[in-house]
Amino acid sequence: MINLPSLFSRSAPDRPGVWRAGPRRNLWLFCQLTISLVLLVAGCACQPSSSPDGDSNAAQTIENKGSDTLVNLALRWAEVYMEEHPDVRLSVTGGGSGTGIAAMINGTVDIANASRAMKQEEIEAAEANGITPVEFTVARDAIVVVVYEWNPVAQLTLQQISDIYTGKITNWSEVGGEDRPIVLLSRESNSGTHVYFLENVIRLGDKESDLLFSPDTLLMPSSEGISAEVRQNPNAIGYDGLGYVTPDQKMIAVAADADSDYVLPSIDTVNAGTYPISRPLYMYTAGEPTGQVKAYMDWILDEGQASVAELGFVPLK
Amino acid sequence: MKKKRFSRWIEFLIEALIRTLGFSTIGFVLLIFLFLLREGVPLFFEVPLGNLFSTRWYPTFDLFGTLPLILGSLLVTVTAIAIALPLGVATAVFVREAAPSWAREVLKPMIEVLAGIPSVVLGFFGMTLVAPFVRETLGVPTGLTAFTGALLLAYMALPTIISVAEDALDAVPKSYRDAGLAMGATQWQTIWRVVVPAARSGIVTAVMLGLGRAIGETMAVMMVTGNAARMPVTLDSIFRPARTMTATVAAEMGEVAQGSVHYHALFGIGIILFLLTFAINLAAAATIFKKRRRGGLR
Repeated sequence: MINLPSLFSRSAPDRPGVWRAGPRRNLWLFCQLTISLVLLVAGCACQPSSSPDGDSNAAQTIENKGSDTLVNLALRWAEVYMEEHPDVRLSVTGGGSGTGIAAMINGTVDIANASRAMKQEEIEAAEANGITPVEFTVARDAIVVVVYEWNPVAQLTLQQISDIYTGKITNWSEVGGEDRPIVLLSRESNSGTHVYFLENVIRLGDKESDLLFSPDTLLMPSSEGISAEVRQNPNAIGYDGLGYVTPDQKMIAVAADADSDYVLPSIDTVNAGTYPISRPLYMYTAGEPTGQVKAYMDWILDEGQASVAELGFVPLK
Repeated sequence: MKKKRFSRWIEFLIEALIRTLGFSTIGFVLLIFLFLLREGVPLFFEVPLGNLFSTRWYPTFDLFGTLPLILGSLLVTVTAIAIALPLGVATAVFVREAAPSWAREVLKPMIEVLAGIPSVVLGFFGMTLVAPFVRETLGVPTGLTAFTGALLLAYMALPTIISVAEDALDAVPKSYRDAGLAMGATQWQTIWRVVVPAARSGIVTAVMLGLGRAIGETMAVMMVTGNAARMPVTLDSIFRPARTMTATVAAEMGEVAQGSVHYHALFGIGIILFLLTFAINLAAAATIFKKRRRGGLR
């Protein structure tokens, strides 16, 4: 247990006879100091050396880089694929959609992951480099707005959701519910879902908009944090990837605007393109894929789809 | 003769080893501090002070207002101490002064076991049980509030406060109690007017140590305070969500790009936190030294 005097006590004065004062003592002190410094420096300097580039005599390495939204899915695919095909090596890195596409244009990666379509200027830059990018839709990402199971509110427009999350609407009665305050839940600001929700729901896809989440928004460190609160709090509203939503939360039907139909999120409505808060996730190859890359892309579009739902995304079929 | 020289040599070697290890420890602490400075100080050049002390923390869009975080930490910590101080001191007084010896034998180890509960366990307990309880009984919009965090922190700081305060009461000489009782004071009067004031500086230290434990706590706080970076300036702020400095660093560290402004900002928060904890520990040490000079009392 905590022993008070020893916590703050100054060291007791040296007992006479233990250490003779004089040059020899100082020399030893100096030696000990030097040794401890050397130990320290050695500890700092021993950083792990960067892993060597893939074995040159092993089979072809497929380089795969890009979107942080897709990186976990891409990693899962790579793991499963390498287990089934030990002769293929896959290297997956994140860094963002733009980074991945730029690397593909420069020819340093075989496959670029992107959570958005390539921009016109990127396609032109690729063509100037003699590359025709080929687009594959590999999965879809749908964000579901969830509320307490017995909340009477069943449908909202994107504008209403935006107003709720910016703090313009603060009571459920303003959107047809009970007279209760609204408690806003969100993932932490570094999650890809957070950024997508901000850009496409709160800002309604308007690039000029500078709307932000209300400062009252509760930022939860995990999907589980959101579902735990939504499950037991009648005031709560949250959002998450379709694959993460458990049955004890109520999904809200969303309409793009007041004149459109309200659509409940499901794998069918997402793939039909009617559910408004969803986006395709892409992989781009430099030209029509051949050889190992083609085999891998074919596998992703077919057997690889089995892994998609496990990571909270929407499979293509 | 030979044997004696050999054992002296061994003794010398062991002393040298211990000294070396001691110096290394100091060196490591210094290096950690230097690292903190190296990574955090650039923030104060990269971000204008007006932004740094604004009221909005939203690093994805270069808003680095640390005020809500500092105030959030202070709000949660101070509330925790306000809860833990009376409970802790009262428990210490009971254990030391009032409890029969068999009860004391049972209570002391039990209190020490409390300190060993991992904070993530307490956080999970807080998230699933305390938060709904707070929401239902107080009728607040959500149970994930600064108050819920303060409750858990108070629970975590209690073992420290009780043990240290009990040690302080223990250090009060028996003659003080005898003198009080001999003057015709009741036991309650003796405890409240003589023993507790005599142990005051030890109790202050207990609170300071509890405060240090509370302000640095991360996991449980992150799980139950809701992490909304709002300015706690209204009266009801204690029953609204808050975001602490520790939770911010823990939540954002994993995804931040090394060397970015955001990365420096998190280390900057680390520096602020370090300074706060340092000031608290310094205050605690100062009260101890003051106590020494006065011969162990007052």
